[in-house]
Order: sequence, then structure tokens, then C-alpha cells
Amino acid sequence: MLDFTFKILVTDALLYILVTAIIIFIVYARKHEHLSAPWRQIKNKKLAMSSFVILLFFVITGFLDSIHIRQEIKIDTESKTQQQVVQYSSEVLSLLDLLLTKLRVQTEKTYSAPFAIHSFTKEVTDDQQGKPKLYYPRLKYGGAHLQAQDSRIYDIGKRLLWALFWTLLVIVLCILLVAKFVVSKNDNKNEKTNLNTKLKTVLSGNTSTPWLTILLVMSIPVFFIASLVELGPFYHIMGTDQVGNDVLYKTIKSIRTGLLIGTLTTLIILPFAIIFGITAGYFRGWVDDLIQYIYTTLSSIPSVLLIAAAILSLEVYMTNNPQSFTTLIDRSDTRLLFLVMILGVMSWTGLCRLLRAETMKIRELDYIQAANSLGVRHRKIMSRHIFPNLMHIVLITVVLDFSGLVLAEAVLSYIGVGVDPTMDSWGNMINGARLEMAREPLVWWNLTAAFVFMFILVLAANIFSDAVRDALDPRLRKA
Amino acid sequence: MYFYKVLIVSILTGLTSVVQAQWNNPYPAASAGKNIMYSFFRERPKTLDPARSYSSNEYIFVAQIYEPPFQYSYLKRPYELEPLTAVSVPTPVYLDKKNRRLPANADKEKIAYSVYRVRLKKGIQYQPHPAFAEKDDGTLYYDGVDKNALDKIDDIAGFKKQGSRELIASDYIYQIKRLANPSLQSPIYGLMSQYIVGLKDLRTRLLDAKKTTGNPDLEKFSLSGVKLIDRYTYEIKIKGKYPQFIFWMAMPFFSPMPPEADRFFSQPGMKDKNLTLDWYAVGTGAYMLTVNDPNRKMVLARNPNYHEETYPAQGEKNDQQAGLLKDAGKLLPFIDRIEFSLEKEGIPNWNKFMQGYYDQSGISAEAFDQAVQFTRGGDTEITNEMKERGIKLSTSVATSVYYFGFNMLDPVVGGSSERARKLRQAISIAIDFEEFISIFRNGRGLAAQSPIPPGIFGASDGKKGLNDYIYDWVDGKKKRKNILAAKKLLAEAGYPEGFDRKNGQKLLLHYDTSGTSPEEKSRLDWIRKQFKKLNIELVIRNTDYNRFQEKMRKGTAQMYMWGWNADYPDPENFLFLLYGPNKKVGLNGENASNYDNPAFNRLFEKMKDMENGPERLSLINSMLEIVRRDAPWSWGFFPKDFSLQHAWVKNRKSNLMANNTLKYLRLDPELREIKREKWNKPVAWPLLIFILLLIASIIPAVIAYRKHERQAAL
Amino acid sequence: MIAYIIRRLFYAIPILIGVNLLTFTLFFMVNSPDDMARVHLGVKRVTPEAIELWKADRGYDKPLLYNSKEKGIRSLSNTIFFQHSVSLFVLDFGRADDGRDIGRDIRQRMWPSLAIAVPTFIVGILLNITFAMLLAFFRGTYVDVWGVVLSVAMMSISIMFYIILGQLIMSKLWHLVPISGYDTGLRALKFLILPVLIGIVSGIGAGSRLYRTFYLEEINKDYVRTARAKGLSSLQVLFKHVLRNAMVPILTGVVAIIPLLFMGSLVMESFFGIPGLGSYTIDAINQQDFAIVRAMVFLGSLLYIFGLVLTDISYTLVDPRVRLE
Repeated sequence: MLDFTFKILVTDALLYILVTAIIIFIVYARKHEHLSAPWRQIKNKKLAMSSFVILLFFVITGFLDSIHIRQEIKIDTESKTQQQVVQYSSEVLSLLDLLLTKLRVQTEKTYSAPFAIHSFTKEVTDDQQGKPKLYYPRLKYGGAHLQAQDSRIYDIGKRLLWALFWTLLVIVLCILLVAKFVVSKNDNKNEKTNLNTKLKTVLSGNTSTPWLTILLVMSIPVFFIASLVELGPFYHIMGTDQVGNDVLYKTIKSIRTGLLIGTLTTLIILPFAIIFGITAGYFRGWVDDLIQYIYTTLSSIPSVLLIAAAILSLEVYMTNNPQSFTTLIDRSDTRLLFLVMILGVMSWTGLCRLLRAETMKIRELDYIQAANSLGVRHRKIMSRHIFPNLMHIVLITVVLDFSGLVLAEAVLSYIGVGVDPTMDSWGNMINGARLEMAREPLVWWNLTAAFVFMFILVLAANIFSDAVRDALDPRLRKA
Repeated sequence: MYFYKVLIVSILTGLTSVVQAQWNNPYPAASAGKNIMYSFFRERPKTLDPARSYSSNEYIFVAQIYEPPFQYSYLKRPYELEPLTAVSVPTPVYLDKKNRRLPANADKEKIAYSVYRVRLKKGIQYQPHPAFAEKDDGTLYYDGVDKNALDKIDDIAGFKKQGSRELIASDYIYQIKRLANPSLQSPIYGLMSQYIVGLKDLRTRLLDAKKTTGNPDLEKFSLSGVKLIDRYTYEIKIKGKYPQFIFWMAMPFFSPMPPEADRFFSQPGMKDKNLTLDWYAVGTGAYMLTVNDPNRKMVLARNPNYHEETYPAQGEKNDQQAGLLKDAGKLLPFIDRIEFSLEKEGIPNWNKFMQGYYDQSGISAEAFDQAVQFTRGGDTEITNEMKERGIKLSTSVATSVYYFGFNMLDPVVGGSSERARKLRQAISIAIDFEEFISIFRNGRGLAAQSPIPPGIFGASDGKKGLNDYIYDWVDGKKKRKNILAAKKLLAEAGYPEGFDRKNGQKLLLHYDTSGTSPEEKSRLDWIRKQFKKLNIELVIRNTDYNRFQEKMRKGTAQMYMWGWNADYPDPENFLFLLYGPNKKVGLNGENASNYDNPAFNRLFEKMKDMENGPERLSLINSMLEIVRRDAPWSWGFFPKDFSLQHAWVKNRKSNLMANNTLKYLRLDPELREIKREKWNKPVAWPLLIFILLLIASIIPAVIAYRKHERQAAL
Repeated sequence: MIAYIIRRLFYAIPILIGVNLLTFTLFFMVNSPDDMARVHLGVKRVTPEAIELWKADRGYDKPLLYNSKEKGIRSLSNTIFFQHSVSLFVLDFGRADDGRDIGRDIRQRMWPSLAIAVPTFIVGILLNITFAMLLAFFRGTYVDVWGVVLSVAMMSISIMFYIILGQLIMSKLWHLVPISGYDTGLRALKFLILPVLIGIVSGIGAGSRLYRTFYLEEINKDYVRTARAKGLSSLQVLFKHVLRNAMVPILTGVVAIIPLLFMGSLVMESFFGIPGLGSYTIDAINQQDFAIVRAMVFLGSLLYIFGLVLTDISYTLVDPRVRLE
């Protein structure tokens, strides 16, 4: 077994910070009733928890893809006298890459359709008589284990059945675990129930947290993983792209890019938008003027120009300092970071405007006026009375932005100022697929793969956010 | 009563026309069936001024309008010049230092000057243009046009009076002077000033004049190297012997420019209306520019004053059979109007071609499988689907080269050491351009054996033209050497298995590029894969185009890909890409690899001015041997041009040197109308279904509303 | 009110100066005048002399922001920034690097842009408001659930996907509209159908979803219940009270969308070959034509500021509680 060393990219570090912050918040919220109550409400909703489970799988994948290592490599130096230096490969791999090694390494020459065993395009070779002939060559890896007489459908079916078996096993195990350890605490007043009755409670769906739904929804990603394990090494489940890379691998790798753009950008937006928005709407006068000046100036510049300029200046910097960006992943990571930052700078103004307008409205309400005349400090009014009333707008905008940002990435790639072209992202895939749609016969799998994954992520995020909104909106809570 | 009749009839005819019409026809219905060719342009041309224009997307227009004295023969191969406005293609007269005439076979060292005398055909007229319009007294109508009058005019069509005049030799001289005009920044001034006698001097005088008087009047300046002999004859004197000069004279740079036009457009107020020579061309060519809206559409219309020119009667041996000689002797041009629409995206472009709304098209990689298939002979032919549509394919190897280059100034891959040479050779074997061509160009290309593409003098095919540092000759075919051979070379270079023998470090190389498109991404992936075969780590340094150019100029790039489009069909125009004194770094030349081998340079200087013949061939062969061994390029490939035409386009033959080919084409508009009708029947039923669905979805909503109201009432 | 408007218009000047300075910095951070000359003169056979001439001809041979060789006010005025910026304030956009008059090009290209953006915008907003109202009206029922699911589904699809599929189905398979292109006058109509349709459809998901939340907020308020108790039908309540109150956040959002329209029509214009301002800007960025970029940015900010003033005025019209001081 070879040794390895960790490599922490800047975006990785930011993601770790974000995750840590969320964990700290959870721990803190658990101790404070008024913070945890709305979240408990979410916990008991079926739809919310289903989408949460899906989101969780995306986040875990993205997180696994954010732990990077460099493996040690063996060298045979000819001069034995020299001391052996430990060398690490300049190829940076994530844990996810290691898990999906088979998918990553098994590349074909060019396009092949999902589950295909033959190449998508014809090739010319010489037959026995030395005459050239056209044929669809067998793939190097896709279905390579199949003998000529084997049925592909039968083989796939067999493997899928195995995947189903593993899924059932995992789910049954989970049900048992839930019944044994979780259910008793909340749902049964009677301490002395046996496992059998607990199981019945879980399976009947009568728990306050919808465990049955959660487990049923969970079976989908579990089945997906199981089939990946069963089929992945033997077939290209979603086909291969123009240079023969596995499309499914690319799509899974793109999850990290999408998540980072969606989350890190909002991370940058929020403090600016909230502080500036509330202050402007609340104080008005010269503060309002100044803040309006800043955001009007920023938002009146066409965003494409701003992004293009930022990305181009980054490239200038990278050209002038090539020693800091020796590997491909360093370059693409810096570009991603820059993109996230510039997207943040660009899009905080929209939320800021909304908050300012809403603050202007709330400010006129009686109880704020009352608090004002009672001499409550401004900071307290803003944080206690105005900010909670704006929370729903913030959350809705954030979620809308999340999907919007993931989608905007595709447009930016089209213009040529998106993430690094060597980076796997749905935007790059969709943009590449643009050309494939003109092919005849159609190369549909690249677009479909990106579309399906993107769609599921955004859908889950939106449903979850709806629940969050219902739970957090002070006015809806009253009702 | 009558009124109703008319109404009913008109409604009925309206309905039937709606049903029959091509809903997706991008052109007005009125132009159906007319002798109009439909084409497209990708980006807006920067200038149509023949002294400045130097790119193929501008030549589409420029070459149809302006006529240099010579043109490339449309049908004959190898490419050959023929007179256009001139009476004949002149052979140069050689002079020594004292301007004494030398025999044609004189020694190169003795030749101090060459003189080209061009005689023009008489009676050639310019296109109708307001610049030539005359008043009754013979003075120019629009000379000193009133500023107020100009206010009402938006484009050239706003000038109602038009005129024409005969083409004379001084128009050509005027244009040559324009090449030296500092405000025009002609791209070939630098090169031409080395050859045309007195051009540099003219430039200095013009620069001085510009400082004092603004825009100088070129007619008042003399150019010592160009002489007007009589009304129809002029002479150009160049330094030394430069046989390729005649090719330059066939380019739009050397077309005539009437001084009236220049004066017309330089009047005050014209520039504010975008009325300049950059946008409005005045020529003698077969076509003239009538609509110039670079934002949307450009239209070329037949020049009513076009001089007598007939379709060629001689061509290659297959031309007769291909029906290319049917129109021999008929007057040119055949087509009345050519409409170019701005079309940036490849997909709509291809679809419009397939629908019959463009008459010709290139083939993008995506559409390739649909259009072209390989025959049993390994050759290409059109697919059955295309055949049924009557679409024809024409192919030709372009006179250009795309190469993967090494920067010879780089400490790792550059230099003339044995180590670096072997490293380069190893990489050249590893980069499998045959695969590149088949993946990214659908086989539309030839892996290069040398810098000279086939069809150009000096290129040999078969075993003779084989680059035996990279290929083996096996069973009468070339075969790329095995990767093991590359690995062996790599080990000999001191990098066994990709590790530096000296320090045990893994070999890390850099590829510089400016591509950011998704297509580029797969290309980059592919190149990394090639280096992985040798266990070499390849780092891609991706920057924007300017930064990439800057790296190339400063020589800080390591490996790169670059292309060259020939100016003229001569090996000199390719081999000079490796000529030392033509280096990019410091000298701003086109030798992007900065390759500088004294032996090669010596041979190049000798070869450059020679006439084609066995002696030149043997010189070229020894030059090729030198560069193949040194491998400053990993050779790359020569692209093949594939283009498609519909059945109604006649007389089409690929000609990569000639740009003024539109005048030879003929259309069959009736056939086009029939086919368009057939291919574009609108499918309307989905619309109806959609509307029905919409109505159906409203009903449950209404029911739900009723229910809701009733419940609320309770 | 009028004082407010005048004050706001005066603010425009510092904003425009700020925008100009920012654009200028951003652009010249990545492009030197040398680069511009090179892009313009092409790759083949460019001599250093030609570059110098090009720069001198267009006034790019001066220092960028501060001229140390000059004294007094000239040290600021004899610079690229000053020479190329001041004329903008009187709406003289100058010439593009290829010598064309920018003002003329903008005046010509603005119509195709408007021809797409205006119908997309108006019809889009109206449809969004209607759909959102429907969803809010049927809240909690299957119409609402499926409506939201559909909205979410539609908003998670990239605009590129809509365009690719739209062209594939409408033009390639059904031959209903031309696949791309543009024409003048009424003939432009058939070219506009598809891009406008795609623009509307692609925006409907996000729009109606957002507006639905604004409605829901209002619907849960006490006055709605009071109005219902008074015996008004739910449709009356919806139109008379809820719509009016929900207009406030909708209006703010609408103005925030206008700059985004710019970006959207940019992709649309280049896909459909429509010679509008979006493709003009993109081409200028690609060709590094600073004069056009600056003109477009300036124009954009000007319109944007105008839009802001309009929004503030419309606040007072729909919600008397907001006072403009």
C-alpha cells in the first residue's frame, strides 16, 4: 500500500468552514428552544425530510470529493547513492476518485452509448484480405467480460437483481436499527415494548419523525449506489463522452462544483446584503444614499463584463505567477474560487434591494415606531424586530439563487467565462452537449445525465426550502 | 355583393397560401424562385478596404468586388495564375545594380532589381457608384457635397446620382501607394517595403506630411518603384529576385482603387455616417456591394458594367466528366444576387442548410456522421440520406497546416542538444495525430510528414515523403512507430519511464493554449492522454488569447498548437515558418517555434528564389531531412476541407487559392423551390393539440373554484 | 416628490462616474492598449510599428489615468481615461475600433433587442402573476402542489436546454418557424416567435414560484379574512386586495430582473442570430473593443438608474404607506 499526503484546496477549506459553522449552529440550536422548535417542525414533515435525505446524499458526495490526497509514487533512481526522497504524485485525487477508480480509469476511445458494448462511431480496419472495412469496434471496457454468446440484457438484469438485494438488505438493517435505538425515545410512552411492536410502529408510519418515508426515499440513492457498485466496473452506465471518459463519473464529479457554486456564493452574499439592506432601509438619509450608490454602481455594470474581467484578470495573474499554479487542479480551483467570489459580489445587490424595500415597509409599522419612541437602541430594533421579519425573504432568495447560480454557470461556460474548462461541471457538460444535439444520431446521454442530476438537486433544494420557509416565517407560524 | 365575393376569395387564397407556405422560410416570400444565392457569414468583417483586409471572412466580399490584375485559374491544378484585368501574366525583367537588363537565366547574385510590367485590358468599367457621378460640366457631382445634404443620407443608396468610368493603370498605382499610407496600417506594408523600391521612402514622406497637414493627398506623392507607362500600362520595380511577388499581385492588396472613391469618402461628414472605404467597396468585379449591414446582412449584386469574362474551357481531366465544363464560354457571372446573413452558431447554420435555406455549407464535426461516410476504399463519400436530397460533397486538402510546436528556446524541450532532440522525437511519436484526426476532425485531415501540404511543390507522397523518425514503412503503408520506440528514445534522452535520471524528479511539461470552449476541453484531455503514454505529466497552462500571444512573443511558452494558412501556393510560404531570421521572439516573425538551424537557414535562402524544378526539389528534401531530425514541431496535420452543396448549385469546385469564385457558380432556382417546398411542410397538429390541452386544463380549475366558493360559503 | 426625483437624477452623475472608472479599471487591468491593437490588426504579419501607429491614431498612446509629463489639470486630462470618457456624458459614444460610429450602431441594434425583450418581459410578467395567483388561490390543493412541482421542474432546466430543444422541435422537426435570423419591419415577426416563447417559458417557473410566496404572505393576513367575512368572493379579494399589496415586492423584483434580461437576451441573441445589443456587447468583449464596452456599460447604467427612479415612484402609487422624502 502506498502512502499519501493530504492536499487542502482553498475551496475545500471554505467548505470545511461552512460545514463546521452549520454543526456549531446545530449544537447551539439544540440548547435553545426558540431556535430548535421550527426545525423540529421540519423534522416531522414527510416531504421536507425526503428532500433532505436526497440533499444529504449530494452533500456527502460533494464532501467526499472535497477531501483531496496525493499518493506517493515509487521511483527507481539510477543513482543509488542519492538518498531516497519521498515523492508525491502531482495528480491530486479525492476520496471520491478513489472510490470510483474503475470509472475514472476505464476510458474508451470516443463516444459510446449507455450500456453499449460497441463504439458509437464506425472505424475502418483491414480485414483478412487486406481490404478496408467499416465496423463498430468492441469497447475496451464496456461489457468486456461478456463472451460472444452471452446476453447483455440478461447480464445487466442479473446485476441489477443483486443491486436490489443489497438495497433491501441495507434498508431492512436500517429499519431494525431505527426500531431498536430511535423509536423508543420519542414515540412510545411505554418503556417496556419489545422490538416487534417497535417495528410495527415504524412500518405503520405512526412515528412523529416520518421514518418509513425517510427509509423508503433513502432506498433510491442506496439502490443507485448498489447498482453503481454492481454495474459500474463492467459497463458505462451513462455512456462515454467524445474522448471516452465515463459520463456518469463526470456527472458525479460535477456535484461538487454545483454545490460549491451554490453554497459558497450565498455565503459571500449574505453578510453584505443583510447588513447593507437593513441599514439602508432603516436609517435612510445619507446612509441610504451611500449604500444605494454602491449597489447601483455595481449592479448597473452588465454582470457578464464584470465576470469576464475578473476571470481574465485572474488568468493574467496566473500567467505571471506560474510557479503558484503548477497543477491543473490548483488552477481550476483558483478559478472556481474567483468565480464564486465575483458571483457573490455581483448578486448581493438584488437581495439588498429587496431587503431595503421590505425594511422601509416594516419600519413604518406601529410596533417599530413604538419601540423607537421607547428609546430601544437601533441595533436591537434591527436585529430583534426587523431581521426576523426579513428571514423568509433571505431564505427564499438564497434558495432561488442556489438553483439560479448552478444554472448560470452553464450560461457562463457558453460565453467562456465559467469554471475552468478542464473542470467537471454540469455547465460544461450541457454546453458541450449543445453541439452533440446536432449530431445524427443524437448523442443524448451527456445532456440527460447532467440534466437529471441537476434537476434532482435543485428540486430537492427547493422542496426543502419551502419547508424551511413555512417553519421560519413568523407570520406563517402564527397561523 | 361584389365586395363579399372579393373578401371570400381573398380569405380563401390567404388560407391556402398559409397552409402551403413554408412557415420557417427565413426569407421574404417575394424572393422565391429568383436567381439569388443564399449564404452566411460568421463574424462581421472588420474592413473591406483592399489595402487592409487580410482575412478569409473579409475576402468572401472583397475578392468578388475588387479585381487585382491576375487571378488563380478556377479549374486547373496545380494552382496557376491567369490574367484577370491584365492582358497577360508578365514574366519579370531582371536588372543589375546599374539598371542594365540581364538575361532571364541570370545568376541570382547579379540580379539587383526585377521589373514587372502589367498591361491592362481596355474598356473595363467600374461599377456604378456616386463617386464617379459627374455634373454637366464634367466635374464630380458629389465633390464637396453639402453637409446639410449629407444629413438626409444614411447609406450609399442615398446618393441618387451614379456614374462610372474606365479602369486605368494609375488606379493600380494609387492603391500601391495606399499600402504605404500610415493611417491605413496595411498588414503587408512591412513585407512589401523590403521589396518595392521607394515604398519605405514614400512612407517617411507621408508620415511627415501627416504631421503637418493631416491626411495627405496620395496623388501628389510619387513612388519611385512604380511607373505609369501609358493609360493602360504600369510597371513595378522590386529589389532582387522574388518570384513569389507575382502571387502577391494576385491578392486584393494589389487591386485598383480609383482616387475619386478615396476622395469621395474622405469628405467631412462621411465618416460619421460610417461611409468609408472600410465599409463600402468600389470595384470592377463581377459583383458590387449593395446592402452593407454587418450587423445582419450583406448583399452582393451583379455589377451591370462587368467586363466580358467567360467561363473557363479547360480544367483538370475529371472536370469534363463532373460536368464542370458545361458552361464553358458563357459569360460570367451567372447569379444575380448573393445574400449573406449573419450566422454565429453552427447548429442553426447546419439546419438551415438541410432545409434548403443555404445553398452551400461546410460540415461541422457534429453533422459529419450524418453527412459523410467512409467507403470500402477508406475514402469518403456522402451518406445515402444526403444522396437522396441530391447534396454533393467536394473535398480538398487545404493549403494550411496545424502543428504541435515546441518552443526551441525552452530549456527542457528546446535547444539542439541530443537530449532535447530525442525528447522531442519521442513526444512526436507519442502524439498520435491519426487518432486526433479521427476523433476531432472525423478523419478530415492528413497527418503531416513535413511542413509542406500535398499539392504544393516539394511535398512527396508515399515512401519518399515519409518522416522516418516517426513512421515506419510497413507493407507499402506508413505506420506510426510503436510507443515502445518512443519510450526507448525517452530513456536515451535521460528520462526513463518519465523520470529524470539526474534527480529522480518526474518530468513535468507544459502545454500552452488559449482555448476555453468545451470542444477545447476534450482536446486538452486528449493531449494529456498522449503524454501519459510516456508517463510524462502534462500541465495545461490555459490563458486568454492575448496572454497566449504574449507568451509566444516572449518565448515563455513550452509547447503549443498553431496553424498557418498559405498566402500563395509555394513551399517558401511554408518553410519560412522554420527559418531562423523569421523568429517570433525578438524578430516578430512567423517562426513560432523559434527554430534556428544555420544549415537549414542557408538552404532556405538558396531555395527561396529558385524556379520549381529538380534542383529545388532536392534542396527542399535535404531541408526536410534536417527539420525531421530536429523535430521542432511534432508535425500535426493538414486539414481537409469538406463542403456540401445542394443539387441546384452548379459549377462548384474547391479552389483554396482563389477567393473570387462566386462568379463561376450557377443556380437552378426552380429546383430549389421544389425541394424547399418538399422539405419544409409545417407540422401544425401539435399546436392544435396543445391548444385543446390548454382548454381542457381550464375546466377542472373552474370546477375547483366553484367547489371552493361553495365550501367557503358554508 | 418632484424634489425627490430631481435629487435622484443628480445622484446619477456620481454613479455614472463610478461606473466609468470601474469599467475602465476592470478593462485595462486585463487589456493593455497593445493587446487591443494586436487583436485588431490580426495575427498575420503585424509589425511593432503598426501597433504604435494604431495606438496613436486612436489616442491609446497616452497614460491610462495620470500623465506625469504634463502639468496641472493637463496631467489628468491628457490621459486615455479622460479623453475617452468625457464625451459620454453628452451621449457621444465615439467610434468603435473598426471606425464605425457606435451611436449609430446602438440606435440600429436596439430595435431587435427590444423586439425580443419587451414582449418576453411583458407577457412573461403577466403570465407569472396570473399563474402565481392561481397557485395561491388553490393553495393546499392538488393544483397548487402540482403547480409548484412543475414550477420547480421548469426552473431547474438550463436556458440552453430550452433553446436547444426549442430549435430542435419547433424548427427542425415541425418546420413551424425559422431556426434563426432576423429581418426588418413586420417580417421580423416570424423570427421573434421562438425566442420570445422560449424566454417566457424559461422564466415562468422561477417567476410564478416567487410571486406565489408574495401572495401567500398577503393571503394569510387578517384583512383578507375580514374581507372574506364581509362576503366578498375569493376572486374579488384576490384581485382587489391581495394583488395590490403583493405588487410591492413584485415591483422591486421586476426592476432587479431588468439587468438580468440583458444577460438572458445575450445568449438568446447569439443563438438565434439576432443583431441586438446583447450580442453587440459580447462581440465587443471578445474583440476587446473598449469603446463599445464602455458605451454599453454607460448606457446600461443610465437606463438602470432611470428604472430605479420609476420603481420608487411606483411604490408610492401602490402602497401609500411608503413616503418619498
